[in-house]
Amino acid sequence: MAAFGSFCLLIALALAAYNLLGGALALRLLATGQPTRVSPERLADTARRAGIAAFVAVTGAAFALIWSVFTNDFSITYILEHSNRALPIPYKFAALWSGQEGSLLLWAWLLGIYGFILRLRHKTDVRLYAYAGTILAGVQVFFLAILVWAAPPFALLPGYVAGGSVPADGNGLNPLLQYPEMVIHPPMLYLGYVGFSVPFAFALGALMMRYPGEKWIKITRTWTMVTWLFLTCGIFLGMHWAYAVLGWGGYWGWDPVENASFMPWLTGTAFLHSVMMQERKGMMKSWNVWLIFSTFLLTLLGTLLTRAGLVSSVHAFAQSSIGTWFVVFMCIVLAVCIFTYVLQRSHLKTEHHLESLVSRESSFLFNNLVLLTACFVILWGTLFPILSEYVEGSKVTVGAPFYNSVAVPIGLFLLFLTGVGPLLPWRATSLKAIKRNFVLPVIALWATVIVCLVAGANPWQGGAFDQGSFYAVVAFALSVAVLTAILSEFFRGAAVIMRQTGRNLVAALWLLTRRNTRRYGGYLIHIGVVIVVVGLAGAAFNRNAEKEMAFHDQLPIGPYTLVQVGSSQDANADFDSDYAVLDVYKGGKKVFQMTPERRFYHLGEGVQPQTMVAIHSIPEWDLYVVYEGINQDTNQPIIKAFLNPLVGWIWFGLAVIVVGTFVALVPSLTPATAALRVPGTQAAPIAPALKGGA
Amino acid sequence: MATPLRFAFWLRSVEALVLAVAICFSLGATDASARFANLSHRLYCTCGCAELLGECNHVGCPESGHELKELTAAIASGLSDQQILDGFAAKYGATMLAAPPTKGFDLVAWIAPFAVFAAALLGTILLIRRWGGLGGKKQAAAAGEPAALDAAEQERMDRIRRETGPESGF
Repeated sequence: MAAFGSFCLLIALALAAYNLLGGALALRLLATGQPTRVSPERLADTARRAGIAAFVAVTGAAFALIWSVFTNDFSITYILEHSNRALPIPYKFAALWSGQEGSLLLWAWLLGIYGFILRLRHKTDVRLYAYAGTILAGVQVFFLAILVWAAPPFALLPGYVAGGSVPADGNGLNPLLQYPEMVIHPPMLYLGYVGFSVPFAFALGALMMRYPGEKWIKITRTWTMVTWLFLTCGIFLGMHWAYAVLGWGGYWGWDPVENASFMPWLTGTAFLHSVMMQERKGMMKSWNVWLIFSTFLLTLLGTLLTRAGLVSSVHAFAQSSIGTWFVVFMCIVLAVCIFTYVLQRSHLKTEHHLESLVSRESSFLFNNLVLLTACFVILWGTLFPILSEYVEGSKVTVGAPFYNSVAVPIGLFLLFLTGVGPLLPWRATSLKAIKRNFVLPVIALWATVIVCLVAGANPWQGGAFDQGSFYAVVAFALSVAVLTAILSEFFRGAAVIMRQTGRNLVAALWLLTRRNTRRYGGYLIHIGVVIVVVGLAGAAFNRNAEKEMAFHDQLPIGPYTLVQVGSSQDANADFDSDYAVLDVYKGGKKVFQMTPERRFYHLGEGVQPQTMVAIHSIPEWDLYVVYEGINQDTNQPIIKAFLNPLVGWIWFGLAVIVVGTFVALVPSLTPATAALRVPGTQAAPIAPALKGGA
Repeated sequence: MATPLRFAFWLRSVEALVLAVAICFSLGATDASARFANLSHRLYCTCGCAELLGECNHVGCPESGHELKELTAAIASGLSDQQILDGFAAKYGATMLAAPPTKGFDLVAWIAPFAVFAAALLGTILLIRRWGGLGGKKQAAAAGEPAALDAAEQERMDRIRRETGPESGF
């Protein structure tokens, strides 16, 4: 199977190279109109078909690797290092992305899938798709070349090649990765990373061919949104994994790899906002092109940072030579982008200018500014240790305190814009309109501040200023204000429909959303973001307690008291387990039982311990209990408990974001179908309804 | 007359905001337990676990126990936060500090983000004002539109008309 896999990769590389070269030649011939013996259209079509065949070949390679995992083929170095016989079936799949070679193969395969779909849909716009397909083939060639020469996933054990025997069992999968989310999180994240190649290819292709109008944005909108959703889900699943597995009570540690996933998310989010300006007003064309170029480059940069060993990370793979490959490829991509932009920049002239500092357009501009500043802060913090070492000769650490001090205020400003933007009309606004639109959110903001202070969330308790509480109160207040602003948009629109059609509120909201899924789906996403921010702000009020607990010992935390009532053991082929059994009391009454676990994985000849946190989640907070281990002197378990307020809101916020994105992806009711569903809409007396302050 | 007045209003508002934030941040934690919590989250445990000292949670950590005791002793001895952080950095290396020091070249780490943000903000404002002066309002006027005459209300009417009739984009 190793030979089959390697052969598939070689075939895929050859096909992708043909797609790139043949496609480029065909497009060149089409552009110049030079007469040739072979029809450029036919050449372009063979290139497209080669791209499809390359996908089939990469799928063969991915299948070969998975097959090798399932058949325990430990003659392959990658399988030996990332799997063993006792590994449960779902995690056999996870072995595909648990190491460098496998994850690069996953990248190439997902790129193949995206390319396959793109090439099947080529009839939408044959020429633009030909450009995009050729550019994607260039990216594919890079990843396949790495897989063939620099990080081959089917490399055989040197000892086996020399005539030695195959080891009886493998080293096993890293215990940290043996968690259900690890079967979903990396593919999601990679779908996001790889997916940004598609809008990048369309943007670069459209610029190369001086594509008329903004249709390419409409074509790529679905691609971009789906990709953005994958990346969002991937990031949140990673957060949840860190929360549930690492046992430190948090979900985001500003690790370089976390940062690497967040940076393209920020620029991708900025792009999703600013393309609206291009669609509606023909503005910010150059800006949008560079946003999507940057997003693609950032997906590569993140990989470079960790794989080249430039920065230390808990996620980093072993240092390897592929960093050089990424540097060279990024330089090539950047050079192509700059060259194309310089050559074609006259095509990107803006059609309109902004009229007012206080308008929807300028709010988009400020939104982009803040998102890009946040991206810069994270990039700066990630790279500063390298810079500092270069300048001063000694390394510094840039950790959570730096990001919390610098990125949080920027994030709060962004939250403010999330609320302000939808309230501002396009073009310009008046003071009267500002007063009318902002009065309710401002009241909600100050009411929240008062409620927070009364409820005890006071940043100045005990004569000391607590920065965390201060930020949390600001975040709560802004969140409520933004929520008020968005909901008022929903209800104003619904009120008009109710007056026109006599429908009830729910039906009116439903129809309103169906008529402009993009706008109201976007609002739902904003509501999801607000809910997430509320959840994040809760971290300012985290509490924890730790105790070595003998039988019947008590550990109070918040309104709960944990009582140790025993322990338990379990074992299977993959790991042994120790459980601490804790009864949880509230108000003197037993309410539930928790069993934090400590696992000891059998890896090769060694054993690796791993915590499995017990979490009791309610909307108010999470009771999060970690079995840290046994005190060797007293033989008693050490239990650490956290009371983490509002964490569940973060995961719920993600669900709202997902729903909002799906709503935004659904086509709006067309005028024809809208007329069918709402008879008499066109004749409705709109002006009187508006007078009511709708 | 309206423009300078409006500018002055915004300027005063920004000044008040900056002052309020400055006051907030100039107040430091004074309580010993608050200082302990604060400082233990500004230092990394040196055992290699990549956790903040205040969050290092693995049993048998050879470093966090005595480092936390040193921190408690340093706070009790009356040293300032900066002196304590400097002491730890001198003893265990600068990588123990969870954020770059605010002196020397490392100060750049703190200044650059805000400098970039301020420059970008200023640039954006100037750009919009320039656009407004050069073309935006003229375009609107040329089109015969009453740009300043409650454009917001016009926009609202247009939007709701669109939303209750044929749909349009965001």
